[in-house]
Amino acid sequence: MFADPKVPSSAGRDATGMCAATVEFRHVSKSYDRRDGPAAVDDLTFTVPAGSVCVLVGPSGCGKTTSLKMVNRLIEPTGGQILVDGTDVAGEEVTALRRRIGYVIQQVGLFPHRTVGENVTTVPRLLGWSREQQRERAEELLGLVGLDPARYRDRYPAQLSGGERQRVGVARALAADPPLMLMDEPFAAVDPIVRERLQNEFLRIQAELAKTILFVTHDIDEAIKMGDLVAVMQAGGHLAQFAPPDEILARPASDFVARFVGADRGLKRLSLSRIGALPLHQAVTAVAGEPVGDARQRSLADPFPFLLLIDRAGRPLGWLPDRDVPADGIVDERLAIPASPLLERETTLKDALSMMIAADVQAGIVVDPAGRVLGLLTMEALGAAGRAGAAGRAGAGAALRRAERRPAAARPPAAAP
Amino acid sequence: MIDWSWVADHLGVLAFRVLQHLELTAIAVGAGFVISFGLAIWSVRRRAVYPPIAALAGILYTIPSLAMFAALISVTGFSVLTAEIPLILYTLVILIRNIVAGFDGVPAEVVEAARGMGYTSWGRLWRVELPLAVPLIIAGLRLASVSTIGLVTITGVISDSFGGLGYFILTGYHLQFATEIYVGAVPSILLAVAVDVAFVRLQARLTPWAATRGVAAG
Ligand SMILES: Nc1ncnc2c1ncn2[C@@H]1O[C@H](COP(=O)(O)OP(=O)(O)OP(=O)(O)O)[C@@H](O)[C@H]1O
Ligand SMILES: [Mg+2]
Repeated sequence: MFADPKVPSSAGRDATGMCAATVEFRHVSKSYDRRDGPAAVDDLTFTVPAGSVCVLVGPSGCGKTTSLKMVNRLIEPTGGQILVDGTDVAGEEVTALRRRIGYVIQQVGLFPHRTVGENVTTVPRLLGWSREQQRERAEELLGLVGLDPARYRDRYPAQLSGGERQRVGVARALAADPPLMLMDEPFAAVDPIVRERLQNEFLRIQAELAKTILFVTHDIDEAIKMGDLVAVMQAGGHLAQFAPPDEILARPASDFVARFVGADRGLKRLSLSRIGALPLHQAVTAVAGEPVGDARQRSLADPFPFLLLIDRAGRPLGWLPDRDVPADGIVDERLAIPASPLLERETTLKDALSMMIAADVQAGIVVDPAGRVLGLLTMEALGAAGRAGAAGRAGAGAALRRAERRPAAARPPAAAP
Repeated sequence: MIDWSWVADHLGVLAFRVLQHLELTAIAVGAGFVISFGLAIWSVRRRAVYPPIAALAGILYTIPSLAMFAALISVTGFSVLTAEIPLILYTLVILIRNIVAGFDGVPAEVVEAARGMGYTSWGRLWRVELPLAVPLIIAGLRLASVSTIGLVTITGVISDSFGGLGYFILTGYHLQFATEIYVGAVPSILLAVAVDVAFVRLQARLTPWAATRGVAAG
């Protein structure tokens, strides 16, 4: 029923060809009352590169929703321009524009009179896809958001849980493979456990699809977790800071930002970094049940006051204080003090710290996927990493995404035993 | 008390009057619905017109039917219009209010989602808002039909050629013949119940999604 040459109905379906748009805010303002009335959004300028997640975060009423809705023109700005892929949205036909932009809201707003399958294919139907294309797309998308199509396709929204509704809402927004998605507190209405799961699924999906996403939340932790870029907004619709999450945490641009990100921003930074390629302390090891050899000398020479006992496969068994290491004979596994927490390259530094504090140890043992010792992460190394922001500037989302896109490269080089 | 042999002798005319009753009701509710729907859509899209429309429909409803028949006879004579115009006007207040309430009851987030996904405003009205307004619209149709079925009996005062089952009630009243009054009243009540049930069925068919409301996932 709708034919617009600007709308790539079949080209837009190409799931493998990355399809993302650049979004640019240029001095965007909005006053609800009069042109010169109090601003809900005040002179907003920033650019979101194609394929990245930009999170708008700030206290209630600071203009996040208003900013978002100006992109798909549910609200018209009173000043400035918003450009999507270089084109001012104000000049575009409004329904065509909206069909090219995915939209997810907190209350989801599924159509109660349509089945899950029909809800998902709303935009494809508006774009005039064939029934067969729609059916296929619904199948594909429900699978993508983790809902078994056979079970869910013919249900009505009233027959879904809150979390399932949110997934359907995300699937519906993705249906026509839009290069840009607007998401307004999409996970705020579900409990923390479901939210965490939805966030992780979102990051997984985003790793695959690499859309440009504008994401609104008032939760700074969510912003840091989800964003490649974070726009911190302040009452009156001012942009307080626009930067990658790590920079927001490391160098808050103002007192407001520092207060908003919280006194625990140091810890939050740790949650952004994974052990990844941090230099590990090379553990002095001895294989249990085998001749001890020069282990005692090696252990005493090493500043770390323990020897790590491992099995023949290289998996950690426990610690032996340097002075208890026998000078010769067989190393007895029974002497070992139970080992420290086992960490993986993917563990965040915050989790590593938490595990080490809980176990009351000074070092965690970093193991590879087979459980073999790679090295030790010491408290000092953690502290240094926290100060330096060692894992780079990108958010956890970006880090995870990079890891998933290049699984081979992301694997740590095997540490020499 | 009831003269069954009289009833048996008049089955033919009873059937004719039942059909006439239905016909007068259907025309009144049908025309009333078309007018109300138009006015309600106008009101939904242009909020300012709603208060005067609602007020006018309310005032029309307060005009006594006998007065309206009497006034209309001088204009439309003894035509069917004289019977139908008041019946139609009486449906407006119920139907307009219910249709507008139906559209107003569509959840704001559903409307926002529809706008955000790129529905045109008419597309949204027809494909999203109208289906969701159906329960309240049908509630209005039920009320309007039942009250019209009652009012049709009074159109018998205009002439013997109207009134549906009311014809029996009026002549029975004049003749002080109880059986004939019953023959008019009881089928009229049954008709109202039957039409009401038919609308309930229609609603169930039009809104399969509403039956599932509140059912937990599983
Ligand atoms: N339709 C409207 N008319 C008038 N003022 C409005 C309207 N919508 C929002 N505002 C005002 O504009 C400001 C920004 O609102 P907005 O909804 O963008 O905030 P927000 O950052 O999304 O807040 P929240 O986190 O609570 O959702 C608020 O002060 C609000 O009162
Ligand atoms: Mg908001």
